[in-house]
Amino acid sequence: MSLLYTDEQKELLAMVREMAENEIKPYVQEADEKGECPRELFDWGFKMGLHMLEIPEEYGGTGLSYETTAMIFEELAKVDAGYAISFVTSFVALRNVILAGTPEQGKYFADVVKPGRFAAFALTEPNAGSDPGAMRATAVKDGDDYILNGNKTFITNGALASIMVGFFKTSPEKGNRGISAFIVDADAPGITIGKHENKMGLRLSNTTDVTFENVRVKASAMLGEEGSGFKLALNALNLSRAFVATMAVGIMQRALDESVKYAKERKQFGEPIINFQMVQQMLADMAIKIEASRCLVNNTMRMMDNGSLVRKEGSITKTFVSDCAQEVTSNAVQIFGGYGYSKEYPVEKLMRDCKVFQIFEGANQVQRMTIAGELNREYK
Amino acid sequence: MNIVVCIKQVPDTTEIKIDPVKNTLIRQGVPSIMNPFDKNALETALQLKDAYGGKVVAIAMGPQQAKAVLREAISMGADEGYLVTDRAFGGSDTYATSYILSQAIEKLGPFDVILGGKQAIDGDTGQTAPSIAEHLGATRLTYVLDMKVEGDKVIARRQVEEGIEVIETKFPVLCTATKESNKPRYATVSRKLYSLRCDIPELTIADFPNIDTTKIGLKGSPTKVKATFTPKRTATGVNIEGNSPAEIAGSLIDKLAEAKVL
Repeated sequence: MSLLYTDEQKELLAMVREMAENEIKPYVQEADEKGECPRELFDWGFKMGLHMLEIPEEYGGTGLSYETTAMIFEELAKVDAGYAISFVTSFVALRNVILAGTPEQGKYFADVVKPGRFAAFALTEPNAGSDPGAMRATAVKDGDDYILNGNKTFITNGALASIMVGFFKTSPEKGNRGISAFIVDADAPGITIGKHENKMGLRLSNTTDVTFENVRVKASAMLGEEGSGFKLALNALNLSRAFVATMAVGIMQRALDESVKYAKERKQFGEPIINFQMVQQMLADMAIKIEASRCLVNNTMRMMDNGSLVRKEGSITKTFVSDCAQEVTSNAVQIFGGYGYSKEYPVEKLMRDCKVFQIFEGANQVQRMTIAGELNREYK
Repeated sequence: MNIVVCIKQVPDTTEIKIDPVKNTLIRQGVPSIMNPFDKNALETALQLKDAYGGKVVAIAMGPQQAKAVLREAISMGADEGYLVTDRAFGGSDTYATSYILSQAIEKLGPFDVILGGKQAIDGDTGQTAPSIAEHLGATRLTYVLDMKVEGDKVIARRQVEEGIEVIETKFPVLCTATKESNKPRYATVSRKLYSLRCDIPELTIADFPNIDTTKIGLKGSPTKVKATFTPKRTATGVNIEGNSPAEIAGSLIDKLAEAKVL
């Protein structure tokens, strides 16, 4: 652990660690197998107030900094990143409301989440992933209302959320400038939740299609100006992209913890395999990548706490950390050898869990395009 | 309902090391925690508050660092925490400690329910909380699993060796809790943050002008520790093995008969 934690952060981390180790960890393997997290497990997180961390104090939340919140979610991700991301996704939606919403909208959103409910962020469509401008979902004005239609896919918390932030084209002819964001109650008539994705990893996290069919919302549910949705989504995604990296750090740390423990116990040729230099190099490289990743996430979080939109830094953080996580978790499986390939041991799951970090919140290839684009702009 | 919970800060180990010269506990290098049974007592208090409303006050006696367990109690849901601390209280045995705590409870009260753990994991005497009841003239119920209120009556279930005893009594009542009483709750993030920032008032000897100073501290403690030692193991156990439960039970009976136990 490389960071200089305050006493307050240490206390919070110890508290979350104790809960996650005692109440969540024993059930993770079974939930991963089933591809579903029981509500009772989420309730431990709700009781502790994990869903309140990022909600500002003026809306009755805890109003923690991104820095401290990220530390807490790294801790949770050590036990299960899918569990952690279920709570984080509510904040992904929240960040849009904070960036563009009115105080009334902020309070409305917070009041739905506070009693112990999830939120979702509905942007991606079957043909609009890295290119959100290609979205087809529409919002058509009808008196004081808008009527929403469209298919959203890979929606985290799709079947769990009570409230969503969704993106729709209010002026399809205007392309990216014709997209608007809305707060939508998940139980609004016309919303259908599709089947749960049978995913490779993050299997405690719920992921579904969400279909909007003539869903009526008040015009007051629009976040920001009409047509400002694309810019809002990009700004919110910059923050969220940087933030998700903290969970990849948690996965990596778990991989290292398990690997060192195993390398000290496992004997071949009459001695623990940690005595072999090839294994030592792997462990040392894992530790190096984790330390660097954690420091990078921490610095980006502190920039966000200072109001930066981390356009370039968010991309750098997510790309670097998620690429490191592939190597670290793959090497954890390597150190465990044949046992690492077995589901009886914890490391193959870490490898499955971390793959998506190179894909979601914008694929790493697109992130590199963004970083290069920013460089091109900076050096003109 | 006004509830007070007595909490002790103890070393985080069940294997206490003893200074062979001073016959006192060696606390150096051992992290301190809230006595686990006191945590059960606090949970009992919080459940009573959840059910009947009121206020939960936590008190601890000890040096400044004992404030940590009061902060922990507040993070779990106690409304206030008070540290009873004074050089004059140092060296108190269970009698003196229970007397001082009863004075603090009277000062902060009145309370309907006084709670504590069945014993502390360091000294393991199990005397302090019951003695508080004697000083206060409150009903004393040890090993309480749970309790409910019906009108002005308190109905408590006690864990006794033969089973469970159901007792009906009146306020004020002092109860001690055990591991079996409940599963203590986790703190919440917001209470945790509050607990780290809130004020923990101190009660010193100046707050008790009428305290009987012959009953406090080392001099007021009738207990004198003559010697502390780990008893030598004089007999070793026997492992009885066999192919079936019936065979094992058979050899056990033979051995018991041999030893003239049966």
